[in-house]
Amino acid sequence: MRLSGLQREVLALYRRCLRESRKKPESTRAHFEQFARTEFARNLALDKRDFAAIEFLIRKGRRQLETYASPGIKDIH
Amino acid sequence: MSALRTSSSRVLGASFGARAAMLPTRAAFTRSMATVSETPAEPEPRLKTFQIYRWNPDTPSEKPRMQSYTIDLNKTGPMILDAIIRIKNEQDPTLTFRRSCREGICGSCAMNINGQNTLACLCRIPAESSADVKIYPLPHTYVVKDLVPDLTYFYKQYKSIKPYLQRDTPAEDGKEYRQSKEDRKKLDGLYECILCACCSTSCPSYWWNSEEYLGPAILLQSYRWLADSRDERTAERKLNLENNMSLYRCHTILNCTKACPKGLNPGKAIANIKLAMNSS
Repeated sequence: MRLSGLQREVLALYRRCLRESRKKPESTRAHFEQFARTEFARNLALDKRDFAAIEFLIRKGRRQLETYASPGIKDIH
Repeated sequence: MSALRTSSSRVLGASFGARAAMLPTRAAFTRSMATVSETPAEPEPRLKTFQIYRWNPDTPSEKPRMQSYTIDLNKTGPMILDAIIRIKNEQDPTLTFRRSCREGICGSCAMNINGQNTLACLCRIPAESSADVKIYPLPHTYVVKDLVPDLTYFYKQYKSIKPYLQRDTPAEDGKEYRQSKEDRKKLDGLYECILCACCSTSCPSYWWNSEEYLGPAILLQSYRWLADSRDERTAERKLNLENNMSLYRCHTILNCTKACPKGLNPGKAIANIKLAMNSS
């Protein structure tokens, strides 16, 4: 299936979230992965043509990723 | 020592108390005289409707909308900020906006009021016209919620111009960096900027190129450090502006000067930077 630009951006963000999780300590890695997954799953029901909402959520996700990716953050609940 | 101080303050307090006790009797007397002839007239309510931009990030699939609130101007302060604080207190606690000093020194309450970027605390409610007041967040900014714009990138740009004194030589007297009165005068009209982002978000060039163009507010600050006689990195600062985008996207539209709620002139500061770039 061919993906639209927006869909590819969402997938890229998800991939980056999981990759950043790999840099966290092994004991808490699962927490980060779980958190990213639930954040994405929360908006699964969103209409795929609702571009404004999707773009907002991508921006929000990037901002959150930037915060959580900082090496000072060791665990997440 | 401290015991002495508390006792003296207690004496002061007692004297105040005595004077205050005198007052109410006199006030009561005059009031009883007045009530004989006058009835306290209830003033005609002066109703004003405010249309405010609402958008909630928790429900991103809902479209932004305008919500109307009507309040009585007789019971409200004279400024737009007074009105929206009143709306938040009495009608809708979910209305979200930034505010702090309510006197135009913090720059928190910058918003677009009737099509003009200003500080809500410095903008009077137009009492004479009956038209609704329309309030939007700053144009061309990502909205965090309702009237709160996301200024992260604006602050990042501010950081990028290194807004602090850069020197290598120590001060002559080892204490402070001195400056002549004439040199200090050059900073007037520059240092007053409170970074409310009214000017930058009113600039069409900044709307289309906000990624690379610094925008009037940041360029004004840039010039504030270029013009400072104590700063020793003038050449380096100029070099950082020497490209197509950072500075030269300014096409002297002068929306910035028109918008500035502090009455500053970012347009002139940018012109001065261009002049300085050319002369060196």
